[in-house]
Amino acid sequence: MRFDTDTYREIMDALTRNKRRSFLTGFGIFWGLFMLLFLIGGGNGLKQLLEKNFDGFATNTVIIAANETTKPYKGFKEGRSWNLQYKDIERLKALVPELEVVTPSLPQWGYTATRDEFTASCSAKGVQADYVKVQAPTMKFGRYLNQVDVAHKRKVCVIGERVWKTLFPDGDDPCGAFINVNGIYYQVIGVDVSTSNINLGGNNADEVTIPITVMRDILNSGEVVGMICAVGRQGVNMGDLEGRIRQVVARQHYIAPDDKEAIMMLNMEVMFSIIDNLFRGINFLIWLVGIGTLLAGAIGVSNIMLVVVRERTVEIGIRRAIGATPRDILSQIIFEGITLTIVAGLSGIVFSVLLLNLLEVISQHKAVFQIQFGTAISALLLLMLLGLLAGIAPAYRAMHIKPVDAMRDE
Amino acid sequence: MLIDLRQIHKTYNNGQPLHVLKGIDLGIDEGEFVSIMGASGSGKSTLLNILGILDNYDEGEYWLDGNLIKDLSEKEAAHYRNRLIGFVFQSFNLINFKTAVENVELPLYYQGVSRKKRNELAMSYLEHFGLADWATHYPNELSGGQKQRVAIARALITRPRILLADEPTGALDSKTSVEVMNLLTELNRTEKVTIIVVTHESGVANCTDKIIHIKDGIIGETTLNEQHQSSIFGTETIMK
Repeated sequence: MRFDTDTYREIMDALTRNKRRSFLTGFGIFWGLFMLLFLIGGGNGLKQLLEKNFDGFATNTVIIAANETTKPYKGFKEGRSWNLQYKDIERLKALVPELEVVTPSLPQWGYTATRDEFTASCSAKGVQADYVKVQAPTMKFGRYLNQVDVAHKRKVCVIGERVWKTLFPDGDDPCGAFINVNGIYYQVIGVDVSTSNINLGGNNADEVTIPITVMRDILNSGEVVGMICAVGRQGVNMGDLEGRIRQVVARQHYIAPDDKEAIMMLNMEVMFSIIDNLFRGINFLIWLVGIGTLLAGAIGVSNIMLVVVRERTVEIGIRRAIGATPRDILSQIIFEGITLTIVAGLSGIVFSVLLLNLLEVISQHKAVFQIQFGTAISALLLLMLLGLLAGIAPAYRAMHIKPVDAMRDE
Repeated sequence: MLIDLRQIHKTYNNGQPLHVLKGIDLGIDEGEFVSIMGASGSGKSTLLNILGILDNYDEGEYWLDGNLIKDLSEKEAAHYRNRLIGFVFQSFNLINFKTAVENVELPLYYQGVSRKKRNELAMSYLEHFGLADWATHYPNELSGGQKQRVAIARALITRPRILLADEPTGALDSKTSVEVMNLLTELNRTEKVTIIVVTHESGVANCTDKIIHIKDGIIGETTLNEQHQSSIFGTETIMK
């Protein structure tokens, strides 16, 4: 097959002078590629938007809290209240070495933070410095709590984004300023703007985090701990540890070993895997729909081209009568198909990229909706292959048109 | 002899076998102006298709310019058609989405002639036929006579030895028919192109030098018509 500017012009002539036909043929491909890329990009963006909610949260975390017992055990009646204690942390550390971090949290609700005339309702949480390993903060200003803050019971706090915006409406760096939380003044040492929506005791943005030692004194809570967060070492399956953690805690507090409801355990890993599975399902649907649309487009192109070849029987017959070889006709139809496919496909790519960009603007750039360059290129290659396959049957039929057919068709 | 047919048989096998040509013997010399006349169904179009290598035959031999035309591959057939034969059809068979000049230069495209050269040559042919002003018009903007002249220009641009015309005046009124036939006559006289016209109009046949009558698939009588007096409808016009 020769391909030069003449062939190119011949193809462009045939395509541009039959605009309606070319448009109809190309539209299937255009739509197929647009749908596929738009769905891929949209799905990815959506996934990222959702994942923002878990930002910074260690996925292999188990959260433990106390609940009323539901079974009588060792002389205790059911329905007994009990509390987690600091000792449980030490025991868990000692008896379950697969845990990397075991850290307490003392959450409180319904607090009010004020600064001058500004007031924000908030929740408060007392934690140790190693809480960052459970939920990594995103510091906009200042720093997080450290071990010295905790050890010296410093009245310092890290505030969430909404608290900061309410108390410091000018958006200033609040570090060093004092705010009043339920009657006690704390010096602000940092602002955590993490977008995570996993709430352990309250929404991150509405939270004031203070050293657990301070919180303990305020509440006068003694040995009692609100909840315990345990993070496993890398590669450890938290589901396997759950039983042993339960056992360690249950024995100490005289809880029946099979009393699952008395010790509330929230395995974040399970939550994450649910979401992972959800997105695997969505992805599967995206590919199913996308590839399906693309295939339908390709079959449509093949169909329309078959009709077109039939419509062009006279023209092809004339070409044959004045000296075109079957190969000339074959290459013309195939090149026409490929050209159309590429043009339509590129429009589809451009259109989906534009629309995805628009989505990104609408979502205020919180997630990347845009498809990757490689994805676009491989989609185009796939499309060219489909276009070629779609063009083969029509081209084959065109090749077998004899010059006499042109005259018969009159 | 430029064209030599020996005992050509052709049967169509569409459902019921149809024996169309039953042993055609025909010789045509270089530079002749011949018409093939016959009623519809007599096999004259089939004969023309075989002459133009548009169709194959079952038995016999067809010698074209010393080459045996039999069981050619599509590629060889296309080559002969492109180099030796020009076609003029009843319905003009111009490509609708190409302008007059593009239609004329199309055969050269398949010869691999450069665009510029093609264009020059096509323009000179159109000029010769008085169509220079219409070069960039599409076929549907031309009159029947103009279309047929474009078609003739397209048939001639490869400088073929033979021009095959299948009812060239079939779709034209009598005035344009005369013009087209005069054009063909002039081509035969000045360019020495061998012209074979298939027709069922005696007036058209009367313009040619030799009339071959075909009936039921065999050659009937051959009339020499040097004086162009054979038309029973008169000599000055083409009867419609």
